[in-house]
Amino acid sequence: MKITVKLFAGFRDNRFKMAEQDYPEATTVGDILSSLNIERPELGVALINGRHVLPEHVMVDGQTLSLFPKVGGG
Amino acid sequence: MDKIFRVNLSDLTCKVEEVPAEYATLGGRALTSTIVAAEVPPTCHPLGPNNKLVFAPGMLSGTAAANSGRMSAGAKSPLTGTIKESNAGGTTAQQFAKMGIKAMIIEGMPKDDKWLRLHVTMDGVTFEDASDLVGKQNFDVIDAMNEKFDKKIGVMTIGRPGEERLLSANISVKDPDQKIRSHGRGGLGAVMGSKKIKCITVDATGAGKVEIKDTEKFRAAAKVFAKGMLDHPVTGEGLPTYGTNVLINILNEAGGLPTKNFKYGQCEHHDKVSGETMHDTIAGRPNGHTKHGCHAGCIIQCSQVYVDDKGEYITSGFEYETVWGLGINCLIEDLDDCARIDNAMDNIGIDSIEGAVLIAVAMEAGVIPWGDGKETLRVMNEEIGKCTPLGRILGNGTGSVGAAYGLTRVPVVKNQGIPAYDPRSVKGIGITYATTTMGADHTAGYTIATNILKVGGFVDPLTKEGQVELSRNLQIATTAVDSTGMCIFVAFPALDIPEVLPALVDMIAARFGVEMSVDDFVGMGAKILKMEKAFNTAAGFTAEDDRLPEFFELEPIPPHNAVWDFSPAEIDEVWNF
Ligand code: SF4
Repeated sequence: MKITVKLFAGFRDNRFKMAEQDYPEATTVGDILSSLNIERPELGVALINGRHVLPEHVMVDGQTLSLFPKVGGG
Repeated sequence: MDKIFRVNLSDLTCKVEEVPAEYATLGGRALTSTIVAAEVPPTCHPLGPNNKLVFAPGMLSGTAAANSGRMSAGAKSPLTGTIKESNAGGTTAQQFAKMGIKAMIIEGMPKDDKWLRLHVTMDGVTFEDASDLVGKQNFDVIDAMNEKFDKKIGVMTIGRPGEERLLSANISVKDPDQKIRSHGRGGLGAVMGSKKIKCITVDATGAGKVEIKDTEKFRAAAKVFAKGMLDHPVTGEGLPTYGTNVLINILNEAGGLPTKNFKYGQCEHHDKVSGETMHDTIAGRPNGHTKHGCHAGCIIQCSQVYVDDKGEYITSGFEYETVWGLGINCLIEDLDDCARIDNAMDNIGIDSIEGAVLIAVAMEAGVIPWGDGKETLRVMNEEIGKCTPLGRILGNGTGSVGAAYGLTRVPVVKNQGIPAYDPRSVKGIGITYATTTMGADHTAGYTIATNILKVGGFVDPLTKEGQVELSRNLQIATTAVDSTGMCIFVAFPALDIPEVLPALVDMIAARFGVEMSVDDFVGMGAKILKMEKAFNTAAGFTAEDDRLPEFFELEPIPPHNAVWDFSPAEIDEVWNF
């Protein structure tokens, strides 16, 4: 299935900003992190359609996943 | 021995007073709010002789504690009518602390029309003629003072809008690089202007070291604390690399980025002004610095030096809220334009959050075309900066613009502009905006940490559950942290790393030679917050003032089509402690 992955802040270093990628059915957010060589503790926030999701979340064809390292401001 | 300088403008005297025992361990917000609550009649006119302007360095300012160099300014706010504390970096907090000045209380009103410069030394305060500085904007005042003294002179100054008592006027403080940090919110520059003080210079000659009662305990705790700052990914990596503006993209993705005067929750061109783009822009230009501290001793360094493509300085301290306000909420897509407007706001001396929020309302009113950065810059310099009739309507804040043009989408609470996080789609921050003693202020209880960034746990931003408790706890803790002289970003590690908060409290205990537990520290925050609330109540505020503007209930915000849906009784639960 096709998933659009958007990366932000330090996750972009040596990777990409946005890419449409092919993943097998039932891929989880965690699987996508592994495929990008991002360790779980590095993950700050994962969002789909503006909602926070956990690494166990199972992706659905056509979804866009946004991944942020731990960042803050204010 | 620490002392209090009491500066009376009515008879032009400065009394050097002993610190009352009950103030001995206070500092920053705890001290300014305690003094304002004790000495300022809550119903007084904020620009009249009964208001007082109080400066106090934090409890740990001037010590070796990392990130402790922030100064609090307090008064009754002419913008909100509430008690106000606004803290800033720069050089004066560390100067005051090392000079042993626990607080400076400025009271009364000069009898004649002459503008003054207060000159602060170890011995007290003298009253100097400032007629040569009147009409100058902030950078010219700083240049003039650097020339008169030298670069070590501390400077706090107001621009023309402050002289003219416009309600968005701030107090600008010189930073270690001769640029500006600000006591931004709440119109404290107008209070300084009402007292005919154009500028305050601080000559720290003869200053010693801040006394630490238990140096060994202090040193050990300071080490643990600093390690926490450097170890946490937000303060150790994210903030120094991208600055606070890293939030643009995450708020956009979460649908909480107020766009076009709070009409939408996401913005098409977000990446043009995002933290990532800003980082690459600065890094790719000569003389640009992506890291910079607002005071000596900041080890996080969220600030930056923003330059043009030839390497000429445009601005520094270019914060997320300002970039959001101009780049997203006003639709000004060119980051260089936004930076120039930020610098203009520093120069004329208005709060860069209020300034950006009011421009969006002016755009809605048709005064400035949407997205027109060049015209916005002109309006800043030529209208607000010169206090023309239009400049006064704008410079009196977001509420003033809305009233003058008969608008309803006017994002204010207690007449103070609502910053960069939409309360419909990030509900915890809405509770903070509604209830804080300061008028709409995100820093007063920064639920974004937990609602959006997953720092200190996670509370779903789109549901009502848990928001009141989250906001209450953060408001109490923030009141305590605002009293230490620490920059509020120390809260990120403090929320996640268990050793950080105890280390902070140990530093305070060691500094003053007292016993203090984390519970005592948080209890102090709760006590001060209630004291501030009591001041506001005595000034005439009721629960009905702890509400968001009606449009948040009536206008769903895309993409989540969320509305503000808390009942009055639910909101009021914040004060149940
Ligand atoms: S992190 Fe930023 S706001 Fe805090 S002290 Fe450093 S430069 Fe100032």
